[in-house]
Amino acid sequence: MEYRLETIESGLPNGLKVLVRPVHSAPVATCWVWYRVGSRNEIPGRTGISHWVEHMMFKGTPTFPKGSIMRLVNKNGGHLNGFTSEDYTAYFETLPSDRIDLALRIESDRMANSVFDPAEVEAERTVIISERQGDENFPEFLLNEEVTALAFRAHPYRHQVIGWKEDLRRITRDELWTHYRTYYGPHNAVLVVVGDVSPSVVLKRVEELFGAIPAGEPPPPVIAREPPQTSERRVVLRQPGTAQYFLAAFHVPEARHPDSFPLMVLEAILSGASPMSITGGATPTHRSARLYRALVETELAVRAGCNYSFNIDPGLFLFSATVRDGRSLEEVEAAISEQIRRLQDEPVSAEELQKTQKQARAQFAYALESVTNQGFWLGLMEMVDTYRSFDALLDRLAAVTAADVQRVAQTYLVETNRTVGWFVPTDHQEAGA
Amino acid sequence: MSVPFASMSPEHAPIGPHTIRRTTLTNGIRVVVQENHTSPSVVIRGYLWAGSVSDPPEKAGLADFTAAAIRRGSLTRTYQEINEQIESVGASVSFSAGRRLTYFGGKSLAEDLTLLVDVLADLLQHPAFPPQEIEKLRGQTLTHLKELEDDTRHLAERDFRQLLYPDHPYGRPVEGTLESIPLIRRDDLIAFYQEHYGPTDAVIVVGGDVTAAAVFELLEKQLGSWRPDAVHAVTEIPPVRMPQDACRSVRTLTNKTQVDIVYGTVGLPRTSPDFYAARVADTILGHMGLMGRLGDTVRDQLGLAYYAYSTLEAGLGPGPWSVSAGVAPEHVEQAIAAIRTEITRMRDEMVSQEELEDAQDYLTGTLPLRLETNEGITTTLLDMELYNLGDDYIIRYPAIIRAVTCEEIQTVVRKYLDVERFALAIAGPYQE
Repeated sequence: MEYRLETIESGLPNGLKVLVRPVHSAPVATCWVWYRVGSRNEIPGRTGISHWVEHMMFKGTPTFPKGSIMRLVNKNGGHLNGFTSEDYTAYFETLPSDRIDLALRIESDRMANSVFDPAEVEAERTVIISERQGDENFPEFLLNEEVTALAFRAHPYRHQVIGWKEDLRRITRDELWTHYRTYYGPHNAVLVVVGDVSPSVVLKRVEELFGAIPAGEPPPPVIAREPPQTSERRVVLRQPGTAQYFLAAFHVPEARHPDSFPLMVLEAILSGASPMSITGGATPTHRSARLYRALVETELAVRAGCNYSFNIDPGLFLFSATVRDGRSLEEVEAAISEQIRRLQDEPVSAEELQKTQKQARAQFAYALESVTNQGFWLGLMEMVDTYRSFDALLDRLAAVTAADVQRVAQTYLVETNRTVGWFVPTDHQEAGA
Repeated sequence: MSVPFASMSPEHAPIGPHTIRRTTLTNGIRVVVQENHTSPSVVIRGYLWAGSVSDPPEKAGLADFTAAAIRRGSLTRTYQEINEQIESVGASVSFSAGRRLTYFGGKSLAEDLTLLVDVLADLLQHPAFPPQEIEKLRGQTLTHLKELEDDTRHLAERDFRQLLYPDHPYGRPVEGTLESIPLIRRDDLIAFYQEHYGPTDAVIVVGGDVTAAAVFELLEKQLGSWRPDAVHAVTEIPPVRMPQDACRSVRTLTNKTQVDIVYGTVGLPRTSPDFYAARVADTILGHMGLMGRLGDTVRDQLGLAYYAYSTLEAGLGPGPWSVSAGVAPEHVEQAIAAIRTEITRMRDEMVSQEELEDAQDYLTGTLPLRLETNEGITTTLLDMELYNLGDDYIIRYPAIIRAVTCEEIQTVVRKYLDVERFALAIAGPYQE
């Protein structure tokens, strides 16, 4: 059976880019709107504002008052969500396909007509601070926040998407409104529809519903560039806790860079091909990969992995581990460094390369089971590169050679390009007694 | 507005007697297959009757430890060989224990189903319990349990269960404790396996890009002759009592910034005649829209929490019916009061016809979404087998949900949710 699917690209005069991908395997469809705005577009003092605007997009418009968006989608048998990253803010509704018009109406309406009621802004302030406090309860979040802030000096990737608590206490309604008006509009958005739909019917409705929304001014470009790191940076977090956590970050190129695919293969060799499903049913394949073998099998750590994510600007390649009780952060760090050295010194075998390709093929097939996943990947790739990269992903990965992997390991995974964080629990002795 | 699925004719249902294929292996394992050719992948999922209710109290975590240890090697394959074989094709296998059942399964490309079944069948029938792997697993589990001692959400849930089911196997943590895991010996794992693992009343469901006939043949070949010697052990489960008054626990972790709370009572089993009314009631209380009435009040109007929702855990036994919320320390009492107010309102006032219909539309309308992926299909089919719901369950489901009335919702809420008799667990930077 042939599973290659076609995506139809079109656009409106106001700048809205539209991608429609008919998939007729189940009577469902998904509608996504992606805005090119995230924590990357934030300035000091206003960190977390993109995520807060995302919350306000569920607070209603004159046509869809507060609470009605979720309720209507649920009532029509659908799910929805929204999320904010460093690079983008995305919203989706997945519905029985005969109801997908509701999603188009909601998204066109809130692109232009969201109400930022001052009382709602205040109520949401405590909700968002509560969200941040929930994150703060996890040592891994605190360590990640410290390491990221240390790794970046100039680029806005240095702060977390949730933002600094001080900014969350201060940000005003008018700042949120200005952020919304600046970044939310057809000129800065991509609409993706995947599922049991007719492209011509969808495109006609998109014209009717989005066509009249005026294009805004182009948003201000992100001009900050991170200066090259020239020496290692380290941070030690000493706080009450029960386990030791390790995190190391290396600066790596952006998704559009040709090295992004060798970096993806490198990630798979160290910790298995990343699951591509956002709708549950992740299929981890890390237990036969190098980091698990070198750290978990040897009982230095109980969890060890790495992560390369696609970003618009150069981001971070992360190594993380939870130290096994009774072992040390020094030992874990040395073992990870040893695995990096091995990648730099010896080319990976043909079998290992082949294995990562097969893993990627499987993860890709799993992702195709759900239209929601396909909408996610088309939109994500369009944000950081082009949607065509999604369907080309397997071919691009198959073109990666052992020499490519060795070269990117030698280029990027070097000590001077590294920021290391240790979480040292101050009273971790007492819990295990 | 028309209602999706309300008048679904049987032949248009995505899953029903016309699509489900079933057989019974010669040793009695029931096999159910649903073909799904959306993507070239397949999911296999099954259960057998081995759960944490059979853990000796001092060896809490035995069932879960056994399930994890089975994954660690067979008589002919080491743990490392299994990982290499399975992961080389991008597949996965897993074993995990719940309170009554142990679930096993995996996922792969359809072209690799033979390998996946070969490994699963090998592990189920010939586990080796390698001593070295058991010690590695123990070390990992202990570190994980220590991490959980620092996880406020987990602590609130664990304390809540202990309060709600005192001296009952439902109150013990499935994953065990820092005290119990060191006491479990390899012999205990082997004995647990021998007493509880077998084909009696076991079920396997397969969903994906396969043909039923090929799956039947493969499973018969690999598992049909599994006939362990030991008698299937039956664990008597003591009756569960509703809380007689209010009980509360507070676990203070001063280094945290958010307080997690779980508030609730004993609910009902899945087979209870009250189940569907309770499911609709729970949807209205803590799901519909952004977490139902609880979300409307606690999150949206009062801005007290990032999350506040309800959970109805209706399984083979009466699971908890509870409300969970994460709040700032200064808002704990206010949030608990708001939760109690919402529960009281559900008891005192009948829900409106409109609210009922919205919840019914949601529960029936989301069926196609729940059945989109192989995970969704197999999870649904496995529940249909476990609770004996019948192959036409998905066709009947809309009518079952539509039949629930406002009166039944009030009756079921009054029967189960009592704000004078409940368990409340609090974990975080909070002191009474």
